[in-house]
Amino acid sequence: MSNMLKVKDLKVNYGGIEALKGISFDVEQGQIVTLIGANGAGKSTTLRAISGLVKTASGAINFLGRDIIPFNAQQVVAEGIAMVPEGRRVFDNLTVKENLKIGAYLRADKEEIEAGIEDIYQRFPRLKEREWQLAGTLSGGEQQMLAVGRAMMARPKLLMMDEPSLGLAPLVVKEIFSIIRDLKSEGITILLIEQNANAALRCADQAYVLETGRITMSGTGAALLADQRVRDAYLGSTAR
Amino acid sequence: MKDLTRKKIDSATIITGAIVIAVLLASFIAEQFMPATSMLFTVLKKSATYALVAVSMNLLNGFTGIFSLGQAGFMLLGAYTYGIFTIPVAERMNVYQYYNGGLVQFVVPWYVAMLLAGLVAAFFAFLIGLPVLRLKSDYLAIASLGFAEIIRALFQWDKLGPITNGSNMLRLFPSFNDFNIRNASGEVVVYLDTLVPLLITTLCVGIIVLLINSTFGRALKAIRDDEIAAEAMGIRLASHKRLAFCVSSFFAGVGGAMLAMYQATVQANGFTTIMTYEILLIVVIGGIGSVTGSCLSAFLFVAASEWWLRFLDQKQMLGNFEVPLLRNGFRRVVFSIIIMVVVLFFRRGIMGTKELPDLIRGFKNRRRKEAASK
Repeated sequence: MSNMLKVKDLKVNYGGIEALKGISFDVEQGQIVTLIGANGAGKSTTLRAISGLVKTASGAINFLGRDIIPFNAQQVVAEGIAMVPEGRRVFDNLTVKENLKIGAYLRADKEEIEAGIEDIYQRFPRLKEREWQLAGTLSGGEQQMLAVGRAMMARPKLLMMDEPSLGLAPLVVKEIFSIIRDLKSEGITILLIEQNANAALRCADQAYVLETGRITMSGTGAALLADQRVRDAYLGSTAR
Repeated sequence: MKDLTRKKIDSATIITGAIVIAVLLASFIAEQFMPATSMLFTVLKKSATYALVAVSMNLLNGFTGIFSLGQAGFMLLGAYTYGIFTIPVAERMNVYQYYNGGLVQFVVPWYVAMLLAGLVAAFFAFLIGLPVLRLKSDYLAIASLGFAEIIRALFQWDKLGPITNGSNMLRLFPSFNDFNIRNASGEVVVYLDTLVPLLITTLCVGIIVLLINSTFGRALKAIRDDEIAAEAMGIRLASHKRLAFCVSSFFAGVGGAMLAMYQATVQANGFTTIMTYEILLIVVIGGIGSVTGSCLSAFLFVAASEWWLRFLDQKQMLGNFEVPLLRNGFRRVVFSIIIMVVVLFFRRGIMGTKELPDLIRGFKNRRRKEAASK
C-alpha cells in the first residue's frame, strides 16, 4: 500500500489568523481516512487547501508523487481529486442531469460522460427518477446523493467529502455512510471530514483528530473509537 | 418547474421555430400591405433592437449572475463604430463639418460595420472586465455604470472630434429604410425595413440561445448558482465570467448599431443611464433568466411606451364629456403605474425562468392528462 496523499506541515492563514498551524497526515490508497474535530478546528480549511480553493502559507501537499501546492482548483480536479462540498452546494437551478454534467466539466469524451451518468443512475436510482427536476427541489438526502454523484463524474482517484451528514435525518445519515463504504469497496480512496465522529470513526481505516489547527491524535478508526479522551470530547460518555 | 428543457430536438422546439418563422413572415406580409408610416413598424424595429440588448443583458444578469449596468456604454460604442465606418465618403465633409471631413476616409459594408460594432464593444468589455469583474454584485453594477458614463463623456470630447465628431451627431449612414428595394424612379417595390432588423435579432438571439444551452452556458449557470462549488468542479471563474461579459457586450454593440440604424442619427448624449434602466426594466419584467421573456417584454415595453398609450397625451372626448387628467405627459404616469402593477403581481417577471418550448410542453402535458382522465 502506498500513500496517495501526503500532507506535511501545512499552514494556512485567514487574514492574520492561523487556521492551520502545521498539520501532517497521510491518506493511503484504497482507504477511508477521516479528520474529526469541533467547529473551527480547521477541517474544512484543510480540504480547501488541498483542492486549491485557498492559498497555503507553507508546507507541502503531495498527491501521487506530485507537489500540488501551486495548482489552482481546475488543475487539482484534473489531477484526480474531487470534492463533495460542505452543505452539498448542488446547483439549485440546474436539473439533476445538468448537475452531473457539470461534474464532468473537465472531461471531453461525450459518450463516456453519458455512460458515467448511467453509472450514477444505477448507483442512485432515485436520481434517475428525478433526472429533469431542478436540484433545488430535491430533498436533503437526494441532494447529498447528487453531490456525491457530481463529484464521481470527474472520475476521481481521491474523493474528499466535507460533512456529508450535515443537516440530514438520522436514517439518511446511515444511508450516506453505507454509500461511503460502497465507494471504498469499489477502490475509491476517501478523505472524509465529519463532526459526526461516531459514524465517521466506525467506517474509517485511519483517523486524525484536529483541534484548533493542530492534529492532536491519530490512529485507526477503531482505536480512536475506543480512546477515552476521544469518547469524552467527541462522542459523549454514553457512546458505546 | 418540473420537466425542464430536454436537449433533444422535440416537437416543442419545432413548434417554437415555426412560431418565430410565422412572426417573421407575418411582419413581412404586413409590411407590404400596410402603410409604411404605421406605428406598428416603428415599434417592431425599436423592440427588435431592445430585445437583442435585453437578451444580451440577460445573458449576464440572468444566466451568469453578473449584475452589470454598462449596457448603454457598449451600445454607444457599437452605434458609433457603425456610424463612423458607414457614412459615405462623399458626405463626410457635411457630417464632420467642424473637423475637416474627419479622419476615416473609407466605408465598409453595413454588415461588416455591424460586426465591427460588436467586436469593438467586446474589446472594451475585455479591457474593463480585467479590473471590474473582480468586484461583486452592487460594486460591479456601480463600476460598470461609471464606465458607461465615462464613455459617454469621452465620445463628446473635442479632441476626439476627427473620429467621433465631438458632440455633434453622426448621420447620413445607411439606416433600416435603406434596406427597402426601390425601382429606378425611387419608389419602394419591396419593403424590408422591418424584416431585416427582426432577422438580425433572430439570428443573434439564436446564437445566444445555442450558447446558453451549450457546455459553456451550463458552466455559466453553475457559476450563477454557486461560485465556490463551480470552482471546485474545475470551472475557471475568471475566464468564464470574462468571456460571458465580452459576448454580452458584443451583442450589446450589435444592438447599438441597430439603434443607430433605427434612429438614422447617433449622438453620444442619447446613451444615458436611463437607457440602461429601460433595458434592465425589460429584463426584469420579462423574467430574469428567460430569453423568451426578454423578447416578449421588449415588444410590450416599446409598444406601450411609444404607441398604445399615446392617446393619453391628448384631450379625449367621450360624447360631450372631456376625460379629465389627459394632457401631455400623462402617458408616462400611467405607464409607471402599469410597471408597478406588473412588478407587484408578476414577481418573477412575465415568464419567470421559463422559455417558449417549456410552455408548449406544459400545454401538451395538460392536454394529455385531460385526455387520460376522460
